[in-house]
Amino acid sequence: MSEESPAAPTAEAAATGWVRRFDGYDRSLHVLLMASFLGLSFTGLPLLFSERAWAARLSRVVGGFQAAGFLHRIFAACMLLTFGLHLARLLKRIFGDRDYGILWGPRSMVPRPEDLKQLIGHVRWFVGRGPRPEFDRFTYWEKFDYWAVFWGMGIIGGSGLILWFPRFWAHLLPGDLFNVTLLIHGEEALLATVFIFTIHFFNGHLRPEKFPMDTVIFTGVLPLDEVRHERPAEYARLVADGELERIAAPAPDPEILKRGRIVGTTAVLLGLLLVTLTLYALLS
Amino acid sequence: MRMRLGGVLAAFLLTAAPLRAAAPPPPKPPANDDCLSCHADPSAKRANGSSIFVDKKVFGDSVHGAAGASCVDCHQDLARTTDFPHSEKLAPVDCAVCHASQVEEYHQSVHARERGKSKASKAATCTDCHGIHDILPSKDAASRTNHFNLPTTCLRCHANIAVVPGAGGPAVNQPALFHDSIHGKALEKSGLKVAPNCANCHGAHAIRDPRTDPESLVFRSKVPATCGSCHSKILDEYSASIHGEQLAKGNQKVPVCADCHTAHAITAAPEVRRLQILHECGGCHESHLKTYRDTYHGQVSAMGFSRVATCADCHTAHEIHPAGDARSSVGPAKRLATCQKCHPGVGASFAKYDPHADTHDRGRSQLLWATSLFMKILLVGVFAFFGVHTVLWFPRSVKARRDTDAKKNGEA
Repeated sequence: MSEESPAAPTAEAAATGWVRRFDGYDRSLHVLLMASFLGLSFTGLPLLFSERAWAARLSRVVGGFQAAGFLHRIFAACMLLTFGLHLARLLKRIFGDRDYGILWGPRSMVPRPEDLKQLIGHVRWFVGRGPRPEFDRFTYWEKFDYWAVFWGMGIIGGSGLILWFPRFWAHLLPGDLFNVTLLIHGEEALLATVFIFTIHFFNGHLRPEKFPMDTVIFTGVLPLDEVRHERPAEYARLVADGELERIAAPAPDPEILKRGRIVGTTAVLLGLLLVTLTLYALLS
Repeated sequence: MRMRLGGVLAAFLLTAAPLRAAAPPPPKPPANDDCLSCHADPSAKRANGSSIFVDKKVFGDSVHGAAGASCVDCHQDLARTTDFPHSEKLAPVDCAVCHASQVEEYHQSVHARERGKSKASKAATCTDCHGIHDILPSKDAASRTNHFNLPTTCLRCHANIAVVPGAGGPAVNQPALFHDSIHGKALEKSGLKVAPNCANCHGAHAIRDPRTDPESLVFRSKVPATCGSCHSKILDEYSASIHGEQLAKGNQKVPVCADCHTAHAITAAPEVRRLQILHECGGCHESHLKTYRDTYHGQVSAMGFSRVATCADCHTAHEIHPAGDARSSVGPAKRLATCQKCHPGVGASFAKYDPHADTHDRGRSQLLWATSLFMKILLVGVFAFFGVHTVLWFPRSVKARRDTDAKKNGEA
């Protein structure tokens, strides 16, 4: 999904034992995505659980339903901007840089038969019936996260845009399609929020190997050891292609690391608060 | 004592014979001034210490005094008494001698019923509302029964828990409710003589039990007619509506005025009424309330905001007709205009939105039903898969973390 830093590393940097995984562009988009996603959740979820006392309270905290609706549209615009910036970059890499490696292969987000094999192998490893699969740059669950957000952008964003401009769309679509649109928007939002706030949080941050969080998305760099251990296929490929030197990076700036931890922890706590309220509303 | 008794007996025997022969003129009844010779004394008291004082001026200014009524017109047993001071035990004054129809009505009232049940009852009689020697005509601004004073008069008992059980309590807080209601404000603050007081709805003398007496002006089926005596156009609209029609057929479940507007806390505040109405209509139309809650209108109103459509905004308050009826605000003929009240400029397609769409009702919308099913499968599928995935991963991840930590510690 991201391009390695073009800056040529020095031998000293390689000696630090850190390599670059995400560049500034992708990290910025992730922060923008986090902020807009949380904003949309806080202003949208109260509607889905409107009969709960917490929903009414939360809606008042953000300034009432009209203010919530206004903010929801602002956050939606931010998220669509994020999506647009990502798409623009993909197009640039395909048509500008002719980097077809992002369309297929080990550096691509596109699912491959290997992903299914690795999923099965991973589950076998869970239950102690096989070795840990040799993951490459993007694992199958990372690809699922990516495409889930991609799909969500289209479905929630598309339905949201229809609901945003009902008068316009009513000229083109039959009115009862708004019923379907509203249903899809709400159910997909529920899927997206609960998925991100439980599965993505666990896979990315909260699982014991990463706990309390994986800072790579904020600092952009991770220890070379971690690549060798968790993504042996990528490590082997980087060594074979002589790429290691090119992506070697200095250890993360402690200030950036601290900032990333604060932002990440805040986002995780806010998400866990929302998912607790959601699950409480769904299950009680 | 025996001597005096003998004397009285002798006097009786002496006078009895001529009485039988020719009726002598009855004893001259005492004049008002005769009575006042004792009763004008503010310090005069009965044996039990209670005052027998009658203020000459107050009586003179009263409706009876001004009309020249004498004491014995009401205290009729004293008209024939010659022995003064008279006994402390007098016959009760019977207002029916002059006010026969009013007393007749009173005897049908809940007040008379309570009196009939127990001698100890404190239920109102004539004097509790009208006064005794100080009765003023209702036209008089100082009268207890003046249009503007009547609520205060009724509330002397109905806001007093010692007299009316439950009165003024949190459950039956009529005084405060009426005071703050649009009727109470119009009467007490704005001084509108057309604003109703207690008697306009409950009656004056024949105040009947609204819960049990079908003749009560505020018995369920009578409420529309009673309110309609002022709100006549609304009564016409209501009577023509499905609810009015059903009420006329004897269906007691249909809403009458007080169900939505309440009995005493009648308010003009739309933001309050618009949310309350949901529970009122939803009490019978349960499935419609449920499907409404799935829509943006229903979600926003559930959070306590009233700036969205609630029942009456689309269905109207009083002119409710079945959707198939040409008069219906949500029927094909008027539906678009109804949507346009809040959504100006929208077209016919917009009005095809279903504000009571039901994802479980395949017949109502096949597309919505199928979409809902798809979404459910998607959600359950994703969470079932990743739920199991996570649960299996967790213990393995704990072990992996321990191994790395052990390795690190070993290195260190």
